[in-house]
Amino acid sequence: MRKKLTYFLTMCLFLFTLTGCMKQNIAEQDIVERIEKEPTITWGVKIDTKLFGLYNIEKSEIEGFDIDIAKELTKRILGPKGKAEFVEVTSKTRIPLLKNGNIDGIIATMTITDERKQVVDFSDVYFEAGQSLLVKKGSTIQSIKDLNADTTVLAVKGSTSATNIRKAAPDAKILELENYAEAYTALKSGQGDAVTTDNAILYGMASEDSNYEVVGGIFTDEPYGIAINKNQEAFVKEIDQALAEMKADGTYQKIYQKWLPDATNEAK
Amino acid sequence: MLQLFMDHSGEFLEGLKYTLLSSVIALIFSLIIGILIAIFQISHSKPLRIVAKIYVEFFRNIPLLIIAMFFYVVVPMFWFKLDGFTAGTIGLTIYTSAFIAETIRAGILAVPPGQLEAARSSGFSYVQAMWYIVLPQAIKIVIPPLGNQFINLIKNSSILAVVTGLDLMYQGDLIASATFNTFDTYMIVALLYLILTLPLSIIMNRLEKKFAVNG
Repeated sequence: MRKKLTYFLTMCLFLFTLTGCMKQNIAEQDIVERIEKEPTITWGVKIDTKLFGLYNIEKSEIEGFDIDIAKELTKRILGPKGKAEFVEVTSKTRIPLLKNGNIDGIIATMTITDERKQVVDFSDVYFEAGQSLLVKKGSTIQSIKDLNADTTVLAVKGSTSATNIRKAAPDAKILELENYAEAYTALKSGQGDAVTTDNAILYGMASEDSNYEVVGGIFTDEPYGIAINKNQEAFVKEIDQALAEMKADGTYQKIYQKWLPDATNEAK
Repeated sequence: MLQLFMDHSGEFLEGLKYTLLSSVIALIFSLIIGILIAIFQISHSKPLRIVAKIYVEFFRNIPLLIIAMFFYVVVPMFWFKLDGFTAGTIGLTIYTSAFIAETIRAGILAVPPGQLEAARSSGFSYVQAMWYIVLPQAIKIVIPPLGNQFINLIKNSSILAVVTGLDLMYQGDLIASATFNTFDTYMIVALLYLILTLPLSIIMNRLEKKFAVNG
């Protein structure tokens, strides 16, 4: 009995110690203070999203609009010695990873919403996106109005586009997949009639296969922001400043041209 | 946590329904296919043995995710339409049947060969000897590992979440990403899985005891 009690108490002590450690989580350290000592910023990025964050197997590195923005921001915040590290995130994992301090910021095609603002802080808008539809060429669906109870729309779990499409086309059947690659593949194998998400991502998919096209224009306004954990006001400020500088001296526009030549006309 | 469950009870229970349905279907069919494959494996016909061996070695050595994705994505592209639930359940059945076949085969082989020989020399035919002497003893041996396979099957049915099978895990994913309450949502999902797996565990334990006395 006594042995058991001792064992139990030891376990409790162990647990308390562990949770104690967790309380002083690295996520709560001030990032600006930390990066002065070690000039590395860890960004959470997508690796499955063409044009924004895609793993290039030949070069064995991630590349895209988000990545170039992150690299440029890091350079401007930390100076030439600064190092940008990239961690793969999905729509589902990015907020938990930010909250537990694995990453300092999310640049992963993340839309600024009021709900998310309660959990994380956002930088200024770094990309003006909006939701649209990708369909097979010749499809009867040409705009959001053509979605009815007989049509199935494919979306991605945890994304705002899934919530939006439910409001915009309440009759349509919605199926949610793990990531954009799977949603696109499911469209190709006829599991749905359209894929819905931000237009920029759909352009990326359409550029892969000329049998598919983006139709109907934008039906939502979903600006992308860089998400930072709460209580990191100083870091957010530095990002906003760097972002403004990039836009002012034309670096931002250069990155935009490089990745999104088709959408350049719509850019602000 | 209770509040979260009350707010989304419709979705959770809908998911539970599909998980249960998929598990029951997959359990019945994987047991039938598993027994057939096990019999093929120990049969005297060499082609049957080879077919069974290839089936088992192929399907138990590739990830369930790939089998399910194959039925969800590749089959509709080239052959016929399958929705996510069906595709996932077929994948689950095939995957689990390979393990069940191995389990049952091991059970039959664990019965000492002297039993079969003794039965044969007492005038039983091969089929009679199998049915009356070997299989009853094999079942006794096989029940505990079979119970493991059934529990694995229920948990593996979460593969449906990836192929839009509307199951418990799928609903859990949606609720977690809508509420940002990841931890509580998955705790509820875990509890709901326990509701399915614990009774199964208990039934299998009872069966084990029953066969241990009477067998």
